[in-house]
Parts: sequence; C-alpha cells; structure tokens
Amino acid sequence: MKETRGKIFGVAGPTVMVKGMTGPVMNTVCLVGKQGLLGEIIRIKGELVTLQVYEDTSGISVGEEVISYGIPLSVTLGPGLLTGIFDGIQRPLEKIRAAAGGFITRGIKFEALDIDRKWEFTPLKEKGDYVGPGDILGTVQETERIVHKIMVPPGLSGTITEMKSGEVSGAEYVCMLEKGKFIGLFQEWPVRKPRPFSAKLPPSTPFITGQRVFDTLLPVAEGGTAIVPGGFGTGKTVVEQTIAKFSRSDIVIYVGCGERGNEMSEILSDFPALKDPTSGLPLSLRTVIVVNTSNMPVAAREASIFTGITIAEYFRDMGYSVAMLADSISRWAEALREISSRLEEMPGEEGFPPYLATQLGIFYERSGKVRCLGSDARTGSVTVISAVSPPGGDFSEPVTQASLRFAGSLWALDPDLAYRRHFPAVNWLASFSLYQAELNDWFGENVAEDMVKLRGRLYSLLQRQTELRDIIQIIGVEALQESDRLTLEAANLATEAFLKQSAFSEVDAFNTYEKQYWILKAIFAFMECAEAALKRGVYIETILENPVRGRINRMKDFANEGFQARAEEMMRDIENEFTMLEEK
Amino acid sequence: MPIDLIERQYRTISSISGPLIFVEKLSGGSLGEMCVVELADGEKRIGQILQLMGTTAIVQVLQGTSGIDSEASRVFPTGQTARIGVSKELFGRVLNGFGEPIDGLPPIVPDEYLDISGLPMNPASREKPDFFVQTGISAIDGLNTLVRGQKLPIFSGAGLPAKELALQIVRQARVSETADFAVILGAMGITSREDFFFRKSLQEAGALERTIAFINQVSDPTIERLFTPRIALTVAEYLAFEHGYHVMVVLTDMTSYCESLREIGSAREEIPGRRSYPGYMYTDLATLYERAGRLKGRKGSVTLMPILTMPDDDITHPIPDLTGYITEGQIVLSRALHRKGIYPPVDVLPCLSRLMGLGIGEGKTRDGHRKISDQLYSAYARGMDVRRLVTIVGEEGLSDLDRKYLEFADAFERKFVGQGEADRSIDETLDLGLELLKSVPEMEAVRRK
Repeated sequence: MKETRGKIFGVAGPTVMVKGMTGPVMNTVCLVGKQGLLGEIIRIKGELVTLQVYEDTSGISVGEEVISYGIPLSVTLGPGLLTGIFDGIQRPLEKIRAAAGGFITRGIKFEALDIDRKWEFTPLKEKGDYVGPGDILGTVQETERIVHKIMVPPGLSGTITEMKSGEVSGAEYVCMLEKGKFIGLFQEWPVRKPRPFSAKLPPSTPFITGQRVFDTLLPVAEGGTAIVPGGFGTGKTVVEQTIAKFSRSDIVIYVGCGERGNEMSEILSDFPALKDPTSGLPLSLRTVIVVNTSNMPVAAREASIFTGITIAEYFRDMGYSVAMLADSISRWAEALREISSRLEEMPGEEGFPPYLATQLGIFYERSGKVRCLGSDARTGSVTVISAVSPPGGDFSEPVTQASLRFAGSLWALDPDLAYRRHFPAVNWLASFSLYQAELNDWFGENVAEDMVKLRGRLYSLLQRQTELRDIIQIIGVEALQESDRLTLEAANLATEAFLKQSAFSEVDAFNTYEKQYWILKAIFAFMECAEAALKRGVYIETILENPVRGRINRMKDFANEGFQARAEEMMRDIENEFTMLEEK
Repeated sequence: MPIDLIERQYRTISSISGPLIFVEKLSGGSLGEMCVVELADGEKRIGQILQLMGTTAIVQVLQGTSGIDSEASRVFPTGQTARIGVSKELFGRVLNGFGEPIDGLPPIVPDEYLDISGLPMNPASREKPDFFVQTGISAIDGLNTLVRGQKLPIFSGAGLPAKELALQIVRQARVSETADFAVILGAMGITSREDFFFRKSLQEAGALERTIAFINQVSDPTIERLFTPRIALTVAEYLAFEHGYHVMVVLTDMTSYCESLREIGSAREEIPGRRSYPGYMYTDLATLYERAGRLKGRKGSVTLMPILTMPDDDITHPIPDLTGYITEGQIVLSRALHRKGIYPPVDVLPCLSRLMGLGIGEGKTRDGHRKISDQLYSAYARGMDVRRLVTIVGEEGLSDLDRKYLEFADAFERKFVGQGEADRSIDETLDLGLELLKSVPEMEAVRRK
C-alpha cells in the first residue's frame, strides 16, 4: 500500500481526470478534491488517470488534489450488517440521516459498521487449536434471528495463542495467532473479488419462494440465478419484494439499484413489522439493504451490486442460504454505459460497452451453492434474483439478452397480464427453468410422487389454452367443440386459481408446497370429473354453471396449515356434485 | 438569480458550437459554475460550465450563442453554482424559466438562496407515502389512487386534453386538501395559448394566490428549459420541508425538456442513445422525478405530476419509457376514447399507481376498495377482448356472457371514466363501480369471498 498524489486535470459528469500520480493502481480508491469525495481509478493512460467518483462532482475545480492509498474498493464485513441500510459504497444511511437530516450532503463519511459497539462473543476454539481459512472461531448473536459466525479470513492460518470471550468491540481482536497475527470481528474484502470457497456444488434443492407459479412451474434452485425482465408496471419490484418477504432463505440482501426512493421507504417501514414465515420474527432481522436510488450518483450505483453480492457471499461463507435480490440490473448496466461513454470508449450494441456481457457474467457467476472454506465442510448458497428493465419492454435488448445467457430461470413478465391485474404477471409459456430436471428427484421425495407429472399436465393444459384461444379468435367460442370448451374452461380455472396469486393477501402471499400441490390436484380432479360427466351426456352449461369452479378458485384463501385435509374434503365434494349432475 | 461580477474575466472563446462556447485558459473554474457572458454590445447572457479539461471549459449559454463574437465577448465566472432565491413571497408570482419575474412586479426579496440541483433525498429519511389524495376523478381515485409524495405522470398525445385533466386535478385536489396547499407550475416550451390557458384556469379555480408559475415558452431559450424544472422543484422542496406545505408540482411538457437535453448532448458530440437521446437521460430525469416525496419528521410533501406528449402516441418512445421506469405509475390518455367524446379520456388498462396499495382501504378510502378496483379491471379487460373478437367473428359468435362483458365495457367507459367536469367523492366512485359490476354475474360469483 503506497500513497500517491496528483492534481485534477478535467471533470466530466461522474468522471475526473488526474495528472501527476506516480504508480497509480487500477481499481484502487482515491480521495478527490477539497471535499474528499470517494473515487476509483478506472483507466490509466500515460500520465492521465481517470477516476469514477461516487458522489456528485459539481463544484470540483481543476487543480484540486487527489490522494490514492492503493487500496481497492472494499466493504467491511462483520456483526452489525443485518438490519442495516447502506448506499452503493456501504455508507450507513441511518447514520447519515442522524447527522445530516433529510438529504445526503456531499463528502459525508461514516464507518460502515459501528466499531465501538460491544458484542457478546462466544468462542468455539481455544488456545492451542490450529485454525485455517474459513474455520469458525466463535459466534456472536447478531440479531434474535441470526447467529453471526466469526471466521478466520481467507489467507490466514496458524495456532491460536490467545482467545477472547465475552464483550468484544470491532476495534479489538478476538483471537491471536502465532507470530502476532490478529483476527477481529470485522474483516475487509474488495467488492470486485469473489470470496473464495472450497468447491462449487451442483444445484439439488429448490429455492422456496412460496409463489405457486415460480415454485411449481418455474423453480429456481438454491444457488441458482433467475432473471425477471418486464416493461414498467409489470410488477418486477413486487416480485422482488415478495421474495424478500416470503422466501425460505436465512439471509436476504436487497439491492435497490437505481430505482425509486419511495419503494425503499416502504421496505424500511414494512420489514420491521412483517414476520418472517420460518421463524416468526421480524423480517428486518435477516435483511441487509443496499440502496442507491436513481437520483444518487451513478458510479455508486455501479458499485452497489458488487457491494451487495460481497455481503451475500460473506453470509454464504457462514453456511447460510442467502437470497440476493437486485432491482434492477438494467440500471447497473446503464451506469456502466454512462461511465463508459464519458471515457469515450468505442460503444457496442445500444451504446453499452462491449464488456457488458463479461461483467454481467462475472456478477451472475458469484451465485452458487458451495462447500465453504473451513474444516467443518458446511455448505452455503447465494441465489441471485435480478430484475431487468428492458427499454420499451423489448426483450431483444442487450442487457436482457446477456442476462439470459447466464440465468437458469427466466420469469418473463407480460404487460398484457399486468393490465388485467393478473399477478405475478409471468408469461408462463415464454418463461423457462433449466433447473426442473435437476430438482425432479427432490419434488418426488419431498412434495409428492406425482408432483412432476402434475406439472407436466399443467404445462400441456396451458399450451392447449393458447391454441384454443387462437382458434376462438377466428371462429368464436360458440363454434368450439364441447370437449375443447371444457378444456379451455379448465385451463382458465388453472390460470385463475393457481397461477394468479396475491402478494397482498395475508393467507395467499406464501404457499407451502403442500398447498400448491393440492390446489393443482383439485383442478385436475375437476377436469376429470367434468370430462366424465360430459361423456355421460350432461350439458356443458350444467357443468360450467356448477359453483364448484368458484370453490376451487377460492381454495387459495385457505391457510397453509391443515390444507391437505380441507382439500381432500373438497375433492370428495366435487366428485359427489358431479355424480349427481343430471344427464340430458 | 443574483450574479455578482467579480474580477476574473476571459476573452478567450475559441469555438462556438450550437448552444456551447469553449473558453480557453480558464483557471479555477468548477463544474456546474455559472458564468456571465458579455457580448460586444454589452448584452449579458448566462452560462454554466458543463465540462472542464485542463484549462478549457465548455460553457452552455442559456440564451443561445447567436451574436456571440469569439474575439470581443467576455466570460466572467461567478464562483457560484446555479441558485434560486426562495421566499413565501413567491406565491402568486409568474416567473420565467430561469426564475426571473415576468409579471411586471418587482423582484422578490429572498429569505435564502438554494442550489437548484438539490441533494439526493436519503432513502432512510423518506416517510412512506400513504395519505390518500382525492382528485375527484373516478379513473384515478378508484383505480389508480394518488397519494401525497407520489410522482404520477400523465402520458398524453398531441391534441389530447392532458392539461385540462391536470388542472382539474389541481382544482379538485385542492378542495380536499388542507389550507397548506400549494401549486407550482413548471412549464417548458409551451405555446402562448397554453400559457394563457393555464393562467386563466388557475385564476378561475381561485388557486392563483397559492400558485407559483415558472413559464418558459416555445420562443424562449431552449437551454433555459433544463433549469425550469429544477427551479420549480427547489422551490417546492423549500415550501414543503421548511414551511410544511403540501405542494403539487405540475411539469409540462417533459418532451420539450428532453429535447433540450438531446440538443446539448449532440452539441457536446456525445455518443447518442436510443432515438439519439443521451444515454444518461434516465439518470437525468431521475434527478427531477425523485425529488418528490415526504421526509420523516417534516410536515409537508412534494407530489409531482409531470405531463409528457408521447411522440406518435408511442408509449415505448424513450421519453415515456424512461419516465415510466422512474415514476410511481402513469395515467395514460387514449385517442380512441377522446374521439368518442369521453372526457377525461383515461385509458385505464395501461394506467397504474404503484403507491395505490398504501393509500387505500379502511380508514383511508374504504374497506373493499382493492377488490372493486381489481374486478373493474378484470371485467373491462375481458370486455375489451370481446370487443376485439367482435371485429372478427361478429356479435353472432358471442356467448351471452361475452355480450354482457361487451355491454359492461361500454357502460364503464361512458359512465365511470367519462365523468366530464364532475367532482366525485371516493364513495360516489366506488358505489358507481359496484353498480356497474352488477351487470356481470359471473364476476360476482368467482371473486366473492
């Protein structure tokens, strides 16, 4: 680490050009100008060094000083992250609020984590033990919900010569190794460098979202990636927030990247009040929020997803299942484009830099299920779910296309469904999940033997629905064959009763697999009974007028608890109803 | 805006291109700094430093560069960023797009000067917007509810009555609001006819003494338009967060604003984005729209209603597209409804209010509001499907149920949307919705709990 200084030579938007630095290092941070704004070196061309500055550059003059300490942009990892809200470069926004009030004043600086706060440390190792990277030295109860494991940072190992216990602050060490190496509660990690693990594992368990259309039809595996593209108003943010609220993950990292401030205020006020479905404790206790709204500086927006994923990897390393939600990756790509254009780089498609896909790939590949460093061979995962905002809702644009190459699940949102208030507005035929095959065994063992088969039937039914709708466009519904008309109505029922789900309804917002399975089961029971009745000679009108369909549609209002019993009772009712229907 | 001349002056203009001048050998200039450009004949224009490279500064000149002489003209940096003098004395005043009075009255005595770029609101300091604003328009109150602190644009097309609707909202929302209600109009590139219409309507609404208007007409300098919304929003923030007003800001027409942005971008020879608008337009628009909101511990609010004209009614055009990605929903006007004589011609299907959920329900509007709204949406969407079907298979091919949906869609447009100048309470709106839903029996059955 060496210090070098230079003088500002030019300013254009979020970039600053500097001359006179000796030995500048790529991607290291600098303090810029009189106000000491934070910047990062992004290009070195002869004596001209270009920085992207993480704060608004207005008021910066040519000739002001720039200092570099040769340190890459890093985040502080340790107890105190959970319940926190940080900007794109991990400045604690609550502290900024306490100091500066409503607005973020320029050049304001705070340590990300409170270094003086005392934590109750419970050691798991003792003097004389040999420890290596990733080994857990001890724990801190960070929130009521989460035990924070204090790990040996990557690259350190040795025999413990001293171990603390009880109250420790971030400024102290908890453990000393031979040769005077200290380990504290906090560690620093460069955001652009993936944290190491011992092995990547293949996906084998689903990431449970509680949303029927995702869990059953379009599952994403733990450690997988899903992208949610959709034009404005199709409900990307609601999907992200619903998953943040209800998914069965231990930790949620929510990155609001270039999006709306009011949405973040909603999360901030709702999460402490909402209960997490597994533990019944407030959601905020398992959540870290990184937010760089659209009006905050673009360079910090670019950094925000890396800050988020680094924090996600850190919790993964403790052996947790982590959900990393990025809303929206397109805003990150736009920040990249804006900076690239200020550098006057040769543009690729739609003005995005040619390295867009590479950078996106690097980000998505930081997801995964891994065997963590450390001798206990624990596993952890980071599942990435990112919203994509294609201009004009056109999926052929570069960010969607590049994301598609890396994503395992595509949840394509459709304005037409959103207009008719069908949420989640997932176009089930345009979407895909590459994890289906890998998860089939899990479904068979943990949900029901015929779950995979039912899903297959649902797919064919929905496919047939599209065909029939096309036919109706030409000949009208009255001209349809009765059996086709029945299939269509069954498909419509599946659409209403299964695919549509209200994120705002208390009982329906999260569905267990049991509930999902039994709703499906009931829909196909209805279909079979109705087909049998039709064959027997019952009028199709009589079948369709029967209130049974309405009852199936209202099954979503039953609570998760005891669902199977209620569903089975209902299916018996359906059979009885249909056997009693009179023939022509 | 006060500009104190200081000693530094430069007679070093090397190039002039569009609205930009390039000043050489300038020392100590800072990004965003305001300058005075004095022409050979003594005329003074206002400029702002956009970019610095060594000792060369790129300065955009608000009043344009026509008549600037590269040898005789002088540039005086002022050492200050763009600021506006604010005070409650601004109420009732009409100013130009740069904040200078154009109503013939003397200049105001400001309480303080504020930087017009503002600072980003700390997301942790924002108060959740959840206070219902009754606009008296059924299509908005019932289906796309507006709340205080929201940014809800109107997407219009050339010739559609967006301005009439905006003014009706301002007029009617005022009635239901408290005494601390203020309207700020930021007009960019409007015609003199529109200018006249706005002022007359605000006067008729009795809202003039609560209004501050910043008017940049079509014939005014285009670069001035980049300042107008920032000035309007700075004043709005001041009134809301220093004096506790509930401020409604109407910005029109954002399309003119974006065109000025494009003009500067092209003069700077930047790499253009979609339809040659600059790649940073999203960020630029966000620095305007995101200034709407409420703050914890402060009484007031800034509610923003930008109006934009969709070129060729194309909602995927970059201006409505980027706006829709930033704002909390949109109100879209339809040419088809307008031709049918329906006012306000709100095309409800693509409309949205993202904050609706926070502002409705028991204690705010009334219990069951969400359900009525969802049912109206579904029934109307289905009615529209049937309407398309009719054009292919004719009414004969329809089932009885389909026919009912078709009738519903017609009645919904005529009665619910097409309310004319009426000012409806939220109860009237929801009761009417329920009444209309009675004609579609199946909906009742399927959706009833």
